[in-house]
Amino acid sequence: MKIAESWLREWVEPELDTEALAERLTMAGHEVEGIEVEGQGLDGIVVAEVVDAGQHPDADRLSVCKVDDGSGNTVEVVCGAPNVVAGMKSPLAKPGVTLPNGMKLKKTKIRGVVSNGMLCSAVELGLGDESDGIIALPDDAPVGAPLTDYLELPDAILDLDLTPNRGDCFSVLGIARDVSALTATDMKDPSVEPVPATIEDTHLVELVAAEGCPRFAGRVIRNIDLSARSPAWMTERLRRAGLRSIHPVVDVTNYVMLELGQPLHAYDLGLVKGPIRPRMAKNGEKVVLLDEKEVTLDADTLVISDDSGAIGIGGIMGGLGTAVTEATNDVFFEAAFFTQEIVAGRARSYGMHTDASLRFERGVDPQGQARAIERATQLLIDIAGGDPGPTVVESSPEFLPGREKIRVRRDHVSRLLGVDIADDRIVEILERLGISVAPVDDGWDVVAPSHRFDITLEVDLIEEIARVYGYDEIPEATAIAETPLEVVTESKIDLELAASTLVARDYQEIITYSFIDPHANKLLTNVDAELVLSNPISSEMSVMRSSLWPGMLTAAATNASRQQDRIRLFEIGKSFHGSLETHTEVVRIAGVCVGPVLPEQWGSRSQSIDFFDIKSDVMALLSLTGDTSKVVFEATEHPALQPGQAAQILCDGTAIGLLGKLHPRHQKPFELKRDAFLFELDATAALRSRAPKAETVSKFPSIRRDISIIVDDKVSADDLVEAVASSAPDLISSVRIFDVYKGPGIEAGLKSVALGLILQETSRTLTDDEADAAKTAAVDKLEDKFAAELRD
Amino acid sequence: MRPLSELIETAASAIDAAGDLAALDAVRVTYLGKKGELTARLKSLSELSPEERPKAGQAINRAKQQLQTLINARREALDQQALEAKLAGDAIDVTLPGRGADIGGRHPVSRAMARIEQIFRNAGFGIRSGPEIEDDFHNFTALNFPENHPARALHDTFFFPDGNLLRTHTSPVQVRSMVEEGVPIRIIAPGRVYRCDSDQTHTPMFHQVEGLVVDRGISMANLKAVLHQFVESYFERDAKLRFRASYFPFTEPSAEVDILWGEGKWLEILGCGMVHPNVLEAAGIDSGEYTGYAFGMGVERLAMLRYGVSDLRTFFENDLRFLRQFR
Repeated sequence: MKIAESWLREWVEPELDTEALAERLTMAGHEVEGIEVEGQGLDGIVVAEVVDAGQHPDADRLSVCKVDDGSGNTVEVVCGAPNVVAGMKSPLAKPGVTLPNGMKLKKTKIRGVVSNGMLCSAVELGLGDESDGIIALPDDAPVGAPLTDYLELPDAILDLDLTPNRGDCFSVLGIARDVSALTATDMKDPSVEPVPATIEDTHLVELVAAEGCPRFAGRVIRNIDLSARSPAWMTERLRRAGLRSIHPVVDVTNYVMLELGQPLHAYDLGLVKGPIRPRMAKNGEKVVLLDEKEVTLDADTLVISDDSGAIGIGGIMGGLGTAVTEATNDVFFEAAFFTQEIVAGRARSYGMHTDASLRFERGVDPQGQARAIERATQLLIDIAGGDPGPTVVESSPEFLPGREKIRVRRDHVSRLLGVDIADDRIVEILERLGISVAPVDDGWDVVAPSHRFDITLEVDLIEEIARVYGYDEIPEATAIAETPLEVVTESKIDLELAASTLVARDYQEIITYSFIDPHANKLLTNVDAELVLSNPISSEMSVMRSSLWPGMLTAAATNASRQQDRIRLFEIGKSFHGSLETHTEVVRIAGVCVGPVLPEQWGSRSQSIDFFDIKSDVMALLSLTGDTSKVVFEATEHPALQPGQAAQILCDGTAIGLLGKLHPRHQKPFELKRDAFLFELDATAALRSRAPKAETVSKFPSIRRDISIIVDDKVSADDLVEAVASSAPDLISSVRIFDVYKGPGIEAGLKSVALGLILQETSRTLTDDEADAAKTAAVDKLEDKFAAELRD
Repeated sequence: MRPLSELIETAASAIDAAGDLAALDAVRVTYLGKKGELTARLKSLSELSPEERPKAGQAINRAKQQLQTLINARREALDQQALEAKLAGDAIDVTLPGRGADIGGRHPVSRAMARIEQIFRNAGFGIRSGPEIEDDFHNFTALNFPENHPARALHDTFFFPDGNLLRTHTSPVQVRSMVEEGVPIRIIAPGRVYRCDSDQTHTPMFHQVEGLVVDRGISMANLKAVLHQFVESYFERDAKLRFRASYFPFTEPSAEVDILWGEGKWLEILGCGMVHPNVLEAAGIDSGEYTGYAFGMGVERLAMLRYGVSDLRTFFENDLRFLRQFR
């Protein structure tokens, strides 16, 4: 909300400069997001009266004016504004004056006529973004007075970011009340002298939906002056608050809303048909609003209606059909109280956001309706005359919010804030906020004023005390608390350690979005993701990812396009599975590698990465658990991966991840020119761990025996190792494959494999004979099981 | 026959002149070999009278020893020279880069998050997590956001068709943890959060760290202390903070915390407050007995300040040239 400092200071005048005032407001929860000072550099500009305006002899569009600048002499000024007319008052800049836009005025000849100054428009004075001529000041503006004095300039416009709990602050009155409490400065009396009725006319209002609209103040004002214009002081204040002047009646309703916080609506009484009834809308009922848009209503919306149907949405916007126009003679003012519940969320549901809904959603003072009507009547009659009828207030007290007594306990204040505040200070703070206070044994019984919707609990009052007392005055104190030590588990590997391991293996961590393109998701997982956002940023970010790979490949491709030839990325994040009814979130660790194994260098031959390079990275991660004996890599098929270079990773029979080469058909959609290798692990399942268990290390030397065989190419390395290891489980402590060969010299479909057996006993040194026997047993088993042929 | 001294002199210069082990051995043979000159002289002692023999014998033996010492010394010198020559040939350019892979790096947001976690872990906070697809109850209702309240609209929530949503903050973990663990409780909850907002200063996904302490006698003074200490620890310097009154439905009093940054500029770094009694009660905790504080900080913001990153969006562009700066 924008509020002009000059207007605020009319209500309360603390001894603080603009900056200090803004700081105080900010610290108290009304954050001043910006201060814009207007009307600077207007020194020397005075209020002048156009005594005579005649046609320029040589230019159709120019006038030659005689202007009274208050000095006793009249000066001759050439003016190009279409609205200049004898008798009007307007700001005059005389030669020697520099305008805010930097233009320095000189006596000049314009088409042969000497101009001794300039009558100014709002734009020229930096007081507006648009103007249709020179500023027309009110008739009572004192000729010769400096414009800055007359318009209370310069003025600082404070842009306040008000919190949603403080509906009472959306007005000059509201901010003034808080400033008064915060600075212990008295403020102007907010009551308004009632304007006596001069006619008997009223208009019938029936509260048929009193739960939503329990109070409605209305007033008829007849015979307003159709030619009246809003005075400059009012349009200036509206402008400084960010509102445009529209029509005196509308300006008055806006002005009162800004001043007192009560939204008003004005009807053209002649267009209202029969009694006004705030009622619930009929489903599908239609109304055309002031912004000329037709809205189809839901039954949960409160409308204002007359005999013709809905003529406005209560607390949001009036209707076009009964709106005041330039031709309106008779006005009916509405100042209603709509409950927060009946307005909250409705404007948004119709895609609207109005000054009225903003205030009603946050809570408007239920006691402020009559006052607002009186203030509006007073202003309208001043501007446009008219005959007011009596103010009629319809109320349904059982639906008006009441004010409960709340107990504030002294020890609760100090317990929550951690500071002892003197009783009289607490009482002073509360009373300054308009809260009535009655002392009791353990504290005070208080009643909040009607405009403070946010105060219902003791803690709301403790907050008020802290806010006015000042958060900065609360000391810092380290809590002395029992902090029982948490169990530090070894049953799973910390993700930090997993990340460090990948970093040590030259992977760069990335973070990609959890919502991705449904096509990319489907392409790489064959899953039609069911977790689809209703309101995504874009369709490319609309489904919750089933895998980290799509986002990761996109990141890899982006980097490849930026001349990165070696890309090794990992991400730790969740993937999302299942349906809306039952979804699961799985923390995954995924990686992608593109390019050479090592950075380009002198010392190693450049070699493209392959399956086994990243398999070793995956094994490094799995090895963190301390036991990979149950981990199995199984050839598999997967939509993302190239057949024959894809493995599913199992641990004790449970799938824990995938590994393989990106299927070449995906390279194009992801704009990758080179082979990419991928892995993805379910972090929880893959990093399940246990505390290591120590075993005795043999003191006796080991013996090695090597076996070289030729075997069918389809026999897996795992199977060979398993067969050898199980041939003499007590003696063979480990088996390793140290060579695999296919090609010339070996028949097609076969391969040569060399296995190394490490034999060891914990209690004695093995003899060569025993080792040879073990080797023979192993060879027998290989021959037996795989028809392996021993090589020489 | 030339005097023994002359022989030694000649032999010594021959030893000195020997350029390699073979030449040295030739010299040795010439003088000390079976047919060498000194060996011959020893043999010829028999020609002397018995009186002269011992003296002459001793002189020859001394000469022999003398030459042998010289030869040994020369041999050692030649060995040394040979080794040095060989090592000189093995010399490498030590400025060439090492062989093998480089190391990678953490994402700056993870780096900041790990740092935040470490600081709080040191202070006895447990680390908790919760689902990212949340229900309305945990994200809003249990946190004292009334139905249709404007405070909900401020959250720019991503919804699913069934009314579930992507959590807009890490605060739902407060509720879940209090319900699961009861009190006293002392935790932080780091994680991804989502808001339907994307421009220069907003990304639709970002990271928060939530903090929650509930116990008997926890006060706002404790909250101020822990956050001040955290900020000074995180930035590794003295820091001036200000606590501005603010509004969050789930804390009261609520505050936004600004840090004095550079030339008198206040930058907002986190939000906090005393846990609202409605939130405690919704989690089954007696708000008459227990009080607590909660805070939530944006990790990207803290990472930007710590590492001098000026554009939030670069965090999610994943450009290696940017990311490699943080390893």
